[in-house]
Amino acid sequence: MQSPYNKPLPVPDSESTPFWDGMREGKLVLQRCASSGDYLFPPVTFCPGSLERPEWVAASGKGTVFSWITVRHPVPRDIYAGDVPYVVAIVALDEGCRMTGNLVGCTPEAVRAGMPVEIVFNRVTPEITLPAFRPVGD
Amino acid sequence: MFKLRDKYAIAGIGNTDYTKASGRTVRSLATEACLKAIEDAGLTVADIDGIVSFNFNDSAPAIGVATEMGIENAGYAVDYAAGGNGANLITLAATAAIEAGLAKTVVCFRAMNGRSGFRLGGGRDLSAYGVTQYTAPLGWITYPQAMAMWARRHMIDYGTTEEHWAEIATTFRDNAVINERAMQRTPMSKDDYYNSRFIVDPFRMYDICLESDGACAVVITAAEHARDLKQKPVYIMGGAYGGGPTQGDDLFDAIRWPSHSHNCFKYLADDLWGSAGIGPEDVDVAEIYDCFTYSVLMALEGLGFCKEGEGGPFVMGGRIARGGALPLNTHGGLLSEAYIHGFNHVIEAVEQLRGTSGARQIQGAEIALTTAGAMTCGSAMILRN
Repeated sequence: MQSPYNKPLPVPDSESTPFWDGMREGKLVLQRCASSGDYLFPPVTFCPGSLERPEWVAASGKGTVFSWITVRHPVPRDIYAGDVPYVVAIVALDEGCRMTGNLVGCTPEAVRAGMPVEIVFNRVTPEITLPAFRPVGD
Repeated sequence: MFKLRDKYAIAGIGNTDYTKASGRTVRSLATEACLKAIEDAGLTVADIDGIVSFNFNDSAPAIGVATEMGIENAGYAVDYAAGGNGANLITLAATAAIEAGLAKTVVCFRAMNGRSGFRLGGGRDLSAYGVTQYTAPLGWITYPQAMAMWARRHMIDYGTTEEHWAEIATTFRDNAVINERAMQRTPMSKDDYYNSRFIVDPFRMYDICLESDGACAVVITAAEHARDLKQKPVYIMGGAYGGGPTQGDDLFDAIRWPSHSHNCFKYLADDLWGSAGIGPEDVDVAEIYDCFTYSVLMALEGLGFCKEGEGGPFVMGGRIARGGALPLNTHGGLLSEAYIHGFNHVIEAVEQLRGTSGARQIQGAEIALTTAGAMTCGSAMILRN
C-alpha cells in the first residue's frame, strides 16, 4: 500500500545512512574529523583535503538560528498548500557546523537571528525522521 | 588568470523572441539564435567550426544544434553542465578553444523553454538524493527559497532592507519599459513593488526573476578576424570563473559556505579586474545577474563597487539608473527583460558597446561588465569597444 506521505523524502546513501538511522532512533549524530576536531555537515566520505575517514559521534542538538525563510507561496502547490506559512532554518550548531531543519514551536514573526534552538525529531514515515528545531527558553 | 586580454572579440549576436510559450523545440530556438548571430557577424555557417553551450538537462545538445544548422565540421562542440554561472564561462571557454587551436570561430548559445517546458523556478524532483536529502524534505525546494535564505542573512549582517530591493526592481523595470525585447513592459512603481505578494519571506514576487522561453547566441573569433567582419568588434578584455571554497554539489549546497552575505564574486574579483587591467571605477555599464534583487547587491559588493554590506545604500538615489553613475541592467535584466539564464545580459552589453541600444543607450559606453551566477559559483567578463 502506498504511503500517504506525499512530500519529498531523503534517499539515504552510503554517506548519510548513519545520520538517518540516528534520526529514526531520536538521536542526532554528526561526523567529526579526529585530526582537526571539526564537525561536518552534510555527511561526506572523507575529511576535507585528506583520505581521513570522519567518525560518527553524538551531538547536542543545540544551536542558534543562522538564517531562515518563511515559505508563503506553496511549491508544488498541491503538496504544500496546507502547510504554508512554514519556516526553514539554517542552524549554527554548538559543535561548530551548520545544519538545516524546519523551525517549529513559534510563529514566523517570532523568529530572530541568533535565537537559541534545540532539535526536535519529526517522524514522517516509519523509516524517515526529519530534523526540526524549536526555541529553547532561557 | 585569463591571459587573453583583447585577443578575442564578440563578432555577432542573435536572439529569438522571449515568450511564455514558444510552441517550438528548444533546439529550433537555439538554431535560430545561432544563425542570427552568424548572419549578424557577416559570416555563414561554413565559417563556424565550434559550438558551446551550457544547460541543466533542459536544452538541446551542441552537436544537435550544429546538426540542424548544418555545420560541416564542429571540431569543438561542448555542453557545460552549468546553471546561472555558465553564461560567461562558455564565452571564455570559446576563447580558450580558439587559442588552443581547437577551432577558429565559435558560436555560443543558451536556449530554453524555461516557462513552457522545464521550469527552474517551479520546483524540483521530489526524490531527495545527495545534498538535497537535507533540504527538499524540509519544503526547501525552489530557487527563490534557496536565495531567500541568503538574503535574510544579509539583512541580519548589514541591515539591508526591502527598500533597497524595491529600488533595484523598479529601476530595472524602467529599463524594460523602453526595451522592445522585454517581456515585462508595464511600469512598476514602488507601491506596485510593495504590494506584490510575499512568495517566500523576505522575497516578494517582484524580487524574483521571470521565467522565459527563448535563446541567445554570440559568435566569438580572434580580434584580427573580427575587425574584418560586418560589425564593430566588442573585445573581451578580461574574465573569470569560479568562486571560492565549498562551492558544493549544487546551488542548494551552501550550508558550509563561509558567509551568505557574500557570494562567488568576492572570490572572482581579483582575477577579473587583474585580467582586464582595469577596476570597477572604469566600468560604464554593467549587466548584473539578477535572478533575484538581492543577488545584485552581492555582485556589486563582491566585485568591489562598494564594500561588503554597503550595496543597499549604494544602489539608492538613482546611481544605477540609466542616467546614473553606474547604469545597471539596461535591458531590464532577468527581473524584467527575460530569463535566458544570463546570456541575454551578454547580448545587451554588446549592443551597448556597439552603440545600438536605441532609447536604452548609455552615451559613450566603452567598457561593460557582465556577470553570471548568484551563489557559490559564477562567471564574469569585461568587454570593451
